[in-house]
Amino acid sequence: MIFDLRYKEINTSGKIIYIVFEIILIAYAILIILPLINMFISSFKSSREIFLTPYSLPETLRIENYINVWGTGRFGRYFFNSVIVTGISISLTLLFGSMAAFGIARYRYKLSMLIFLIFLSGIMLPLKAAIIPLFLLLKKLGLLNTLLSLILVYTAMSLPSTVFILSGFMRGLPWDLDDAARIDGCNDFQIYWRIILPLTRQALVIVTIYNAIPVWNDFFFPLVFIQNDHLKTLPLGMTVFFGQYQTDWGLLFSALSIAIVPMIVLYILLSKQFVQGLTAGAIK
Amino acid sequence: MRTNILKRNLWITFFVLPGLLLVAVFIILPLFLSMFNSLYHWDGLVRTRFVGVQNFINIFFNFPYNERFFNAIKHNIIWFVLTMVFQNCTGLVFGYLLSKKIWGHTLYRRIFFIPAIFSIVAVGFLWTLYLNPQFGIINKTLKSLGLQQFALPWLGDTRLATPTIIAVNIWRWLGFPTLVFLAGINSIPESSLEAAYLDGAGETSIFFRIVIPLIVPSITIITILTLIGSLNVFEQVYVMEGVAGGPFYSTDTLGTLFYRTAFGAVDTGRPEIGIGSAIGVVIYILTFLASAIAAILLRKREVEQ
Repeated sequence: MIFDLRYKEINTSGKIIYIVFEIILIAYAILIILPLINMFISSFKSSREIFLTPYSLPETLRIENYINVWGTGRFGRYFFNSVIVTGISISLTLLFGSMAAFGIARYRYKLSMLIFLIFLSGIMLPLKAAIIPLFLLLKKLGLLNTLLSLILVYTAMSLPSTVFILSGFMRGLPWDLDDAARIDGCNDFQIYWRIILPLTRQALVIVTIYNAIPVWNDFFFPLVFIQNDHLKTLPLGMTVFFGQYQTDWGLLFSALSIAIVPMIVLYILLSKQFVQGLTAGAIK
Repeated sequence: MRTNILKRNLWITFFVLPGLLLVAVFIILPLFLSMFNSLYHWDGLVRTRFVGVQNFINIFFNFPYNERFFNAIKHNIIWFVLTMVFQNCTGLVFGYLLSKKIWGHTLYRRIFFIPAIFSIVAVGFLWTLYLNPQFGIINKTLKSLGLQQFALPWLGDTRLATPTIIAVNIWRWLGFPTLVFLAGINSIPESSLEAAYLDGAGETSIFFRIVIPLIVPSITIITILTLIGSLNVFEQVYVMEGVAGGPFYSTDTLGTLFYRTAFGAVDTGRPEIGIGSAIGVVIYILTFLASAIAAILLRKREVEQ
């Protein structure tokens, strides 16, 4: 494009501005990366080393920091709970969400708009503000202090955006697909499962990331629903851990690394999908 | 024919019902119950008598509720203003620079977005360690550079605490507006920019006269999301300053106040569900109103341009 800034092609005052902006961008990139590198390096140090020589590399690699956090600190348990809760609620979201989107987008009937609007209303409501009735409801159902409480709420919370994105996608597919499949003797479920769903694969990836990251990172609902330490998820478990090991900074940095480093690795592998997924609501 | 329609309706029900039930029971029902609960007096977890709008009158006019409430909402407003000024304006400039394919733009784009995928809890604790007044690396670095006077108790000072937490949140989230604005700028038709260049317009006037008016949709979205986010701030404060929004309520927000009121206040020691529900309803209404007003105002601008 002729509008791209090319350093060689601009005048002297332009060059100075260019360099100033470049320095600001580099500085900000460093401001992001340096704290993460420092965190990872500190996770192999003892607290003494962190306090006395904060910038240097560890004298010895204290792998035992990680072993302590994972075992005694129960991060293994928290991690496992987070995987279970995120895995099941996202699977249910994808199944029920794509079914609902199919039921809304692939049939012509009067009520479809109303059903769509009911789902849509869920996008605009901050569910956290309704935590009291939600808490009382789950208490009545005997679901407090279970992973199921989290799974149900996360699935409900993720469905509106999922239905919104998937139904938009499914509306764009040609109707001939359904008709041809019907002539071939497919029933409605087979049309959904074998024909339409495989064609929405790309949108399913976006929906998965859009919902999985907030669910994986959520802290509020476990804070209210879960008392039993055995059932805590990673973000909630982390607050327990930080309360117990306040002074052992080596362990604290290892705990943070366990939460953060896997996300960075995933991001490097799938950065395009992450960016698409997280900005799905804000960029068309 | 009739059996065909019946069969079709059964299929539709089969596809739509599971999702619809979950959303109705766990999202829409709690919203209505919230409004209902806010009109009652509660004794612990038991609903006792109908009091009309008394809970709302309490939070707006009666001590100590009103003092806590207006103190909290003041901080939500500060969150919104500082985030708009520092995060979103920077995001706009960064997005513009990246759209000009400045040297290293693909790398910056990737790096700036990294912290957005982390949990608020992890980011909050990480910076709590770095900002620790004695042992934290920030103050250590400042001291070793001879800048002792700037080695402040970032999270312990009533004037600094809220801006510090907001700065940490900006660190986490700046990549988001950057990418949204970048996408908005990239979707501007090349012909409108071309015309301006041929007319001899400078960079600055192109930015303010052409780019900004044409990305009003992106600005609208970011403004609304920032409003909703600012009204619902909770984890950031809970993790870095505790549920009471310390020191001395200087970081208290509607979210933390709501949580304390609903699940056992730190100051009174017992939950007040009626008052809590009323605060919840206020958060709902403000979120809704704020988004609606912002959408209308920016839509108007969009038309005028």
